[in-house]
Amino acid sequence: METASKPGRDVQPKKARLQTKKKKPRRYWEKEATLTAAGASPGPPRNKKRNRELRPQRPKNINLPKKSRIPGKPQFPKKPREQRNLEPQRNLSGAQDPFPGPAPIPEEVARKFRRIDKSKKLPHSKSKTRSRLEVAEAEEEEISIKAARSELLLAEEPGHLAFGGHRGHVATLDWVTKRLMCEINVMEAVRDIRFLHSEALFAVAQNRWLHIYDNQGIELHCIRRCDRVTRLEFLPFHFLLATASETGFLTYLDVSVGKIVAALNARAGRLDVMTKNPYNAVIHLGHSNGTVSLWSPAMKEPLAKILCHRGGVRAVAVDSTGTYMATSGLDHQLKIFDLRGMFQPLSARTLPQGAGHLAFSQRGLLAAGMSDVVNIWMGQGMASPPSLEQPYLTHRLSGHVHGLHFCPFEDVLGLGHSGGITSMLVPGAAEPNFDGLENNPYRSQKQRQEWEVKALLEKVPAELICLDPRALAEVDVISLEQEKKERIERLGYDPEAKAPFQPKPKQKGRSSTASLVKRRRKVMDKEHRDKVRQSLEQQPQKQEKKAKPLKARPSALDRFVR
Amino acid sequence: MSTVRAAESLLALSRQEELEDLPKDYPLSPSEDEGDIDGERKHQKLLEAISSLDGKNRWKLAERSEASLKVSEFNVTSEGSGEKLVLSDLLGPVKTSSSLAAVKKQLNRVRSKKTLELPLNNEEVERARTPLEHEVFNILHKNKQPVTDPLLTPVEKASLKAMSLEEAKMRRAELQRARALQSYYEARARREKKIKSKKYHKVLKKEKAKKALKDFEKLQKVNPTAALEELEKIEKARMMERMSLKHQNSGKWAKAKAIMAKYDLEARQAMQEQLARNKELTQKLQAASDSEEEKGSVEEEGELLVPDTVNEIQRDADGPNPWMLRNPFSGPKEAKVQDAEQLLEPVAHEASESKEEERPGAKEDILLNTFEERRALRKKSGLSQDAEPLRKQESEDSSSQEVLSELRALSQKLNKANQQSGKQNMTSLRTVLPVQREEPTEAEEEPLLMQRPERAHTMEELEELGKEGCFQNKEVPRPVVEGQQLERNPHNLPGAPKEKKRKEQMIDLQNLLTTKSPSVKSLAVPTTVEELEDEEERHQKQMIKEAFAGDDVIRDFLKEKREAVEASKPKDVDLTLPGWGEWGGVGLKPSAKKRRRFLIKAPEGPPRKDKNLPNVIINEKRNVHAAAHQVRVLPYPFTHHQQFERTIQTPIGSTWNTQRAFQKLTTPRVVTKPGHIIKPIKAEDVGYRSSSRSDLSVVQRNPKQLSTRHKKQLKKNSVN
Repeated sequence: METASKPGRDVQPKKARLQTKKKKPRRYWEKEATLTAAGASPGPPRNKKRNRELRPQRPKNINLPKKSRIPGKPQFPKKPREQRNLEPQRNLSGAQDPFPGPAPIPEEVARKFRRIDKSKKLPHSKSKTRSRLEVAEAEEEEISIKAARSELLLAEEPGHLAFGGHRGHVATLDWVTKRLMCEINVMEAVRDIRFLHSEALFAVAQNRWLHIYDNQGIELHCIRRCDRVTRLEFLPFHFLLATASETGFLTYLDVSVGKIVAALNARAGRLDVMTKNPYNAVIHLGHSNGTVSLWSPAMKEPLAKILCHRGGVRAVAVDSTGTYMATSGLDHQLKIFDLRGMFQPLSARTLPQGAGHLAFSQRGLLAAGMSDVVNIWMGQGMASPPSLEQPYLTHRLSGHVHGLHFCPFEDVLGLGHSGGITSMLVPGAAEPNFDGLENNPYRSQKQRQEWEVKALLEKVPAELICLDPRALAEVDVISLEQEKKERIERLGYDPEAKAPFQPKPKQKGRSSTASLVKRRRKVMDKEHRDKVRQSLEQQPQKQEKKAKPLKARPSALDRFVR
Repeated sequence: MSTVRAAESLLALSRQEELEDLPKDYPLSPSEDEGDIDGERKHQKLLEAISSLDGKNRWKLAERSEASLKVSEFNVTSEGSGEKLVLSDLLGPVKTSSSLAAVKKQLNRVRSKKTLELPLNNEEVERARTPLEHEVFNILHKNKQPVTDPLLTPVEKASLKAMSLEEAKMRRAELQRARALQSYYEARARREKKIKSKKYHKVLKKEKAKKALKDFEKLQKVNPTAALEELEKIEKARMMERMSLKHQNSGKWAKAKAIMAKYDLEARQAMQEQLARNKELTQKLQAASDSEEEKGSVEEEGELLVPDTVNEIQRDADGPNPWMLRNPFSGPKEAKVQDAEQLLEPVAHEASESKEEERPGAKEDILLNTFEERRALRKKSGLSQDAEPLRKQESEDSSSQEVLSELRALSQKLNKANQQSGKQNMTSLRTVLPVQREEPTEAEEEPLLMQRPERAHTMEELEELGKEGCFQNKEVPRPVVEGQQLERNPHNLPGAPKEKKRKEQMIDLQNLLTTKSPSVKSLAVPTTVEELEDEEERHQKQMIKEAFAGDDVIRDFLKEKREAVEASKPKDVDLTLPGWGEWGGVGLKPSAKKRRRFLIKAPEGPPRKDKNLPNVIINEKRNVHAAAHQVRVLPYPFTHHQQFERTIQTPIGSTWNTQRAFQKLTTPRVVTKPGHIIKPIKAEDVGYRSSSRSDLSVVQRNPKQLSTRHKKQLKKNSVN
């Protein structure tokens, strides 16, 4: 039995202290095996001895000296230790954790957060580069697992509802509590209405100009540069209000500074079908010639144009992950497109009267309003497109549908129709959890103000909008090469080029000029051969293709065929 | 002049002294213990300096600025060191470099750490300074509480240790017992094996078999799942036997026995036994299942094994391939012939649904035959009517639904007959019916329908099947355009042949847009629509066609695309000057040869992204504004941009990461603790231990070459 601290205990000799320092901090719930391993670490023998005396966990000092004197002692105590390594961890109470270690993460969930595509093969890299890459990859994997564990929810929408009537009636209310925030009459036809970055501001596209009101209904701005606006969209991360006008212009208005960032002429006549892609902030416009064009403020031309319908496009909607786009056209078809590079239709259905309005919910349910009927389709899983075989829900309204909008974080679909507004319960439509740090539907005014400042600080520049939002993580290859070329021109030689092989002179008369030349030629030829071999490796595929169309072997009797 | 020089030399001297003083701090430096020699040297130097004041021996002075004299390998002098130059001294450092390399490695490791926490040696953190701290530490020590990090208290550790010992004991006892048991068993088996009486063995074997059977029956009653497992085991044994053919007469032993069999009765018996064993093993076991219980009042006498012939009949009745049949005596012959006919017929070569029923008699067969014919006819007409694949599928749907309804009616009749005939069959054959066998796939008819329909016996089952069929048929026709399917193929199968890629390009845009998609069958139809759906649809399509007869959307789009492609192509540069080297004048054109000569062809750009997508125009222009934010220089270790991209692909902002991950990603390279002295790094700090020893080890390796200095040092060490 060990007694209380000996006089020399507090001031340990330095070297011994160092020894104890080296082992990593061990928690009391950790296995003992690690500790013994640490103790067995190599060191000067005399130090070790002193160390042992000082360390309290030494078996000699503990209260079972008799037991440790069993005949089989030398090899005996090792076995149980090894066995315990395999066993689940043991608490002091003796209870065992039935599920030791952190909870496993499903592969797909973690994959959702993976950023590095490991299937892409990299060119050969030096060991230093490789070690860097390994570090980066390990970091990414760890982080993706962490993200998957907490399932980052990045849906950010305010939970408020604004609606405007054809006769100029505008009202905003809290969608959950139904508390009326303001109600005004703008004495003009209202074409579209949209909240800006918070529920305190909203933009109304009126007959003539674009107006901005605050949550008490006080008109703050009248923007005359945006006239005859038919559709509004707000891009929250860029603080951009996109407006589509009758005159065929798509205008981006930066609401944080009040400047027009870009006014793009779509050259397709009147624009009245517009939606945003929440994933990459690209604006989708539907045109009367059956195409849907994708726009960014940085480019004068559309990023892409997709021919979707034979007739004009009536409605477009993009789901929250930016993977699927639903379009409906005058040809009474409803199509779902894959937006990941190929822009191909995944499925199509003919609706009895065509859908005039489309909306995706947070979890990917698709609602379509067809005159006075609303259909809702659901997909098989979380990340799958809605299957159009059978509607999930169908509802008939008293009048024609004029607008559809899913309530964020609530299983509610708001329907504006000629008879008024109906909110419809759609089970499973919305995300059940919200990220309170990013967007809290129950936030106070103070929190909102703080969030506003933070969001403004993190504002994304408008010119960064492009089809692939991760393009920023790529190297600008064109200018890289350009700069390299310029540098070579300036210097007169390529500093990064591999130096031509120069054979070292050999001793004892072997280093005649001829042999040097020969050796140089040999290396050059080898390189050349490698190059040729590589190019040949790519070629045979082509040759095979050519060889295939040949007919069967010609027979000797062919000469008699006339 | 000379005085100035002298002053300079003095200054240099003092500087040198400083230099020589410096290595004193270094523990390994040899000058440490040579104070007297040093003094002498200094004195010498001073004398020299003074003597040089007169201007004669100026050249003797070695100035520090000209270090080459001293450093040069060709001119090594022992000047300044005060002793003779020994070769081993010069070679020494080369040998000790190994230990230095180790230190370097450790240092590199420290440097390559992502975050470096300083001070490395955080001993002073735990040192108690204030009286309060002392008190706390005292209390902790009294209770034997671990101080530095939450280690186990000795009592806890002791308890843990004790536990481990007990465990180990128990375990050892267990192992001992198991070993003993095994040895007993082995001994017994050996003894029994030695018994030569054949009768004894025979009896034993029989007993074993009986016991096994009994056990199995018991198990079947008590635990049917376990029994099933047992059955599976038997089945596996059968399979193995069939694979290996171990007990056939093809082995070495068997051949030898076959030769002997003519003369030797025992050999003959052994052969027979072997063959019997083969048969026994290869026989298929049939378990009585629930489905038969309701059908057959013909429950068997608990016999598990079925003669081969019965199996063959069963296989015959519903086997997927009639050509594989051997035994003609089982079923009615007509049925077989019909089967063959069906196979020959090119149109109706899909496996018929009629096979879902058994073939109890001729009546049903005839009925089924007519039914089959009707089906085939309908199918033909369907094929001729519309060439479009989607339509066809639709018609198939409807036809299959009809078929199913017919089937349902038929099944009622069949079922009654079935039960009677089935009874007869069973009693006559004295068999157990097989567990519901699966039917051959209807692969030709519905290539997408991969589920095999099960044989249905009862009304309910058949009805269920009908429902299933409806459901599946509805599911199957996906409104996917043919071309698109083709296109998505290569993505699914990365190793798809290149031929398919060729076909990709030939996607017809017309096809893409004009293919009919199935209409939605929704419960509520908009009120304005009251006609029948199909009619209405047709009507609408006509209307749409009329409405868009004028503006051909597709042609316009293709034209636009062509223009875009043209515009994005790099332009050739034409440098021809008309009239240069030729006749001049109005209306003269430079010759084609000349034009060709002065035309600089632009290099072919990379293929367009929308090359194979007829319905898409993707803008290939560069977003210059976004490019301004991109990286345009490769940092040092990277040689290719892809390598670098991989390291910057993970965003580090808190928007994309959890708080922990964000903190980890953004930790500074060096973390220091405020209020702590950061001492120079030591070998011990980075986990390098053997520094003191390695020094000695080098010396001990070649003790013969020890210089006097080393010897002195050694002595000093030993004294210490």
